[in-house]
Amino acid sequence: MTTTIPANAVAVCAYDDLIPDLGVAALVGDTQVAVFRLDDDSVRAVQNLCPFSGASVMSRGITGSRGDEPTIASPIYKQVFSLVTGECLVTMDKLPVTGSADLAVYQVSIDNGQVMINLAGGQ
Amino acid sequence: MGAKRVVVVGAGMVAQRFVQSLRADDTDGRYEIEVYGEEQYAPYDRVALTSFFAKAGPEELLLGSQDLWDDPNVTLHSSTRVAAIDRDAQTVTLDDGSQRSYDELVLATGSSAWAPPVPGVDLPGVFMYRTLDDVAQLRDWVRAKQAIVGRPVRGAVIGGGLLGLEAAGALQSMGATATVVEFANRLMALQVDDSGGEALKSLIQRLGVQVKCGVATSEVVADADGNVGTLKFSNGGEQLVDVVVFATGIRPRDDLARAAELQVGERGGVVVDDACRTEDPHVSAIGECAAASADGFMSIGLIAPGNTMADVTAHRLLGRAEVYFGADTATKLKLLGVDVASFGDAFATTPGALEVVYSDPFSGAYKKLVMTDDASVLLGGMFVGDASAYATLRPMVGAELPGDPSSWILPEGQAERPDVELPDAANVCSCNNVTAGSIRHAVNEDGIHDLGELKSHTKAGTACGSCLPLVKKILNTELEKSGIEVSEALCEHFAMSRASLFSAIQVAGLTTFTDIIERFGSGHGCDICKPTVGSILASIYNGHVLADDRAALQDTNDRFMANVQKDGTYSVVPRIPGGEITPDKLMVIAEVAQDYGLYTKITGGQRIDLFGARLEQLPEIWQRLVDAGMESGHAYGKSLRTVKSCVGSSWCRYGVQDSAGMAIKLELRYRGLRSPHKIKVGVSGCARECAEARGKDVGVIATEKGWNVYVGGNGGFTPKHAQLLAEDVDEDTVFQVIDRYLMLYIRTADRLQRTAPWQEEYEGGLDAIRDVILNDSLGICADLDEHMTHHIDTYEDEWKAVLSDPKRLSQFTSFVNAPDQADPTLMYVEERGQRRPATPAERAELAAAGSEK
Repeated sequence: MTTTIPANAVAVCAYDDLIPDLGVAALVGDTQVAVFRLDDDSVRAVQNLCPFSGASVMSRGITGSRGDEPTIASPIYKQVFSLVTGECLVTMDKLPVTGSADLAVYQVSIDNGQVMINLAGGQ
Repeated sequence: MGAKRVVVVGAGMVAQRFVQSLRADDTDGRYEIEVYGEEQYAPYDRVALTSFFAKAGPEELLLGSQDLWDDPNVTLHSSTRVAAIDRDAQTVTLDDGSQRSYDELVLATGSSAWAPPVPGVDLPGVFMYRTLDDVAQLRDWVRAKQAIVGRPVRGAVIGGGLLGLEAAGALQSMGATATVVEFANRLMALQVDDSGGEALKSLIQRLGVQVKCGVATSEVVADADGNVGTLKFSNGGEQLVDVVVFATGIRPRDDLARAAELQVGERGGVVVDDACRTEDPHVSAIGECAAASADGFMSIGLIAPGNTMADVTAHRLLGRAEVYFGADTATKLKLLGVDVASFGDAFATTPGALEVVYSDPFSGAYKKLVMTDDASVLLGGMFVGDASAYATLRPMVGAELPGDPSSWILPEGQAERPDVELPDAANVCSCNNVTAGSIRHAVNEDGIHDLGELKSHTKAGTACGSCLPLVKKILNTELEKSGIEVSEALCEHFAMSRASLFSAIQVAGLTTFTDIIERFGSGHGCDICKPTVGSILASIYNGHVLADDRAALQDTNDRFMANVQKDGTYSVVPRIPGGEITPDKLMVIAEVAQDYGLYTKITGGQRIDLFGARLEQLPEIWQRLVDAGMESGHAYGKSLRTVKSCVGSSWCRYGVQDSAGMAIKLELRYRGLRSPHKIKVGVSGCARECAEARGKDVGVIATEKGWNVYVGGNGGFTPKHAQLLAEDVDEDTVFQVIDRYLMLYIRTADRLQRTAPWQEEYEGGLDAIRDVILNDSLGICADLDEHMTHHIDTYEDEWKAVLSDPKRLSQFTSFVNAPDQADPTLMYVEERGQRRPATPAERAELAAAGSEK
């Protein structure tokens, strides 16, 4: 199996297609990305793979905040992650099944009304 | 050296307590214990004997854990009577003639029911009220009579004390009439004074029980069949009866001790010192068979002092000297639903004592406090009709009572009641002898900050539970004192409990999360408060879970109206009301499962679960189910799940009501009702209870006359049997009672709190809930009814609503930029003819096989 990582930002959908506080999943090459529009209208992107269940579901979690940090909670076992750094803030006393407990964070830009994800420019 | 042998004569409540207490502290196994009881049962809760009529069987009354009798150091011999004691040889002789030696002998023979020697007292149809067998025979007799006479069975109870009134309630609960005949001039002569007795009499007569005081029974006369037929009274009157219960008192069972030439009290009972020793250092006596020096050599017919004697004796055998200080005769009872309580010097026998009395002929309440001559120190009190102040006041006996004494007995709200702090020595739980001090110690020194843990650690509130509100209050006070905030906050965004937030949202009439968090919270919300608010909005307004900004509030289950599984796919459960389904619908389900390759399993709630549906497949699957006349089963929601039922009287030869029909009506009535946690309901068509309804939040069980409604049952982690809420009610009343129960639960429970813990922690417990629902004690019944009517009128199938809304449908896609592409990471293997998610090892194998191609 070969993995393709587009070198540049890729458009995944129109900004207006996103609903505040809800996520969508997008395919960027072979990588699944969870994209969220928050209630301040900013857009955040993290890996769609949940480190604690191994299921590709992060886009279906609940957004929120811990202090000032915008967060996303996994829908499977409810771990909470920062949407800024990807750091796992609440592990629910569980260990990740896939390497790191943290989420990869991807760079997002809005270009001409399109949501652009850049896998290489993340982290 | 081997263990010493303790022989316990009697296997009642106090014997059980003794064995439990000895085993708990005898860590080195110094004693082996043999318990001999003449009844066929292990020790059971005799205090709760009357509840036998509402229970499934004797086993529900058994005391404590079976582990105690499985302990290798303990042997319980049921149906075995001890016939004689030989103190010189230190042996007992059993009824089969065999002998057992003892190192220590503990007499716990209790007492027996006593009936006056009136003619006819041994006629068929005359019963005592003392043992499980007594009440079982009484029940069988009333049922058999009922079948013959074709009118309500005429019942009479001789004796107007505690047991007599309980027996009258039991007769009424079986559909018989009840007349209480009391020789003294008032009811409950030991607990209440003349005015209290009058109040009690009128409250009980309002409930349909006839009361005759100051009347002696002179003869029980047989009818033509030789059964009990007529009661004759000393005043010349008579009364027709089909059943008579004698509850005229108890006598200590001291015959074994008398035969063994141990000293007995003037009014019976084995004489013991303040360590519960008889004159023979190897023989102890505990409970009702003992006449302790501390009690003036009188036998006491209460459980709490018996438990203390058991503990004192067990600890003495282990070398710890303790003293039995005599009985606290304080009692609080609920007789036929009427509170009766007395404590301390209730009859004001202290010289100069003052009585402060409140009497309300309309509500029927009678309350009295007894104070010292300067009205400063509390000496005792008496309550009839409303004993809500009892728990706080009883431990205050001998202490200065803050504020005006009348403030404690005036109806709530009519006077300011001072906040009191109990002294450390005050006994909070009189069943298990737990003081305020030891509860505080557990909180502060042992660091126990949770009510449940506090109960199991201190044993407070684990017997009758009446002191629980007080235990909770002490816990919270201590936590507040030590700076630990007793936080009811939902999460960092809302500093209030779910119940408060519910009222706040309802009163403010807010409908969106944005408005709610702006008004009552802070920040952006989280995975705890968002679903809670989503659920509250659904409970109040019953709009669609995806309406307005609500989609973002829902857990993935509610958001996609299916149950998420470990690999991120969903399971689909169509509603099958009452578990009844046509072959046509079954075939549609089978075809859907086949076409989408779904793993199929029958659920515990009598329906069918289809696993492995991908997000983007859900609408197509629903469409086919909806087209076939099915709808969402809400298996994913904190809401009504299923109403499980047996087939009932339409097919079953034992069924007495149409349970399947009732289950379908209930399921259609409450479908889609969002609540703090899931709700399960069961309906059984007869007392055999095949639907296991008492394991459900609401259980409805058919009776000959209608339906019994049980509430607060729970399976899962902490199983609980549901408790009786309403008896022999018709169909409309079943709906009304459940409507109100569920709505009260929805409004006042904590987040993720099932009905069982909710109803236990509700202030005043199930009695208070019953009062709200049946007597409208809070004046909110009309409101609860209207709320449920709104729910029923506005119900819509959530699946169908999504299918007809393109905007909501567009959220059901795998990838926003590749809506038709399935999640490529899903992998399955086949097992027993169906597929399941691959394990990590299987995934690695599948991936390796795939890359070779």
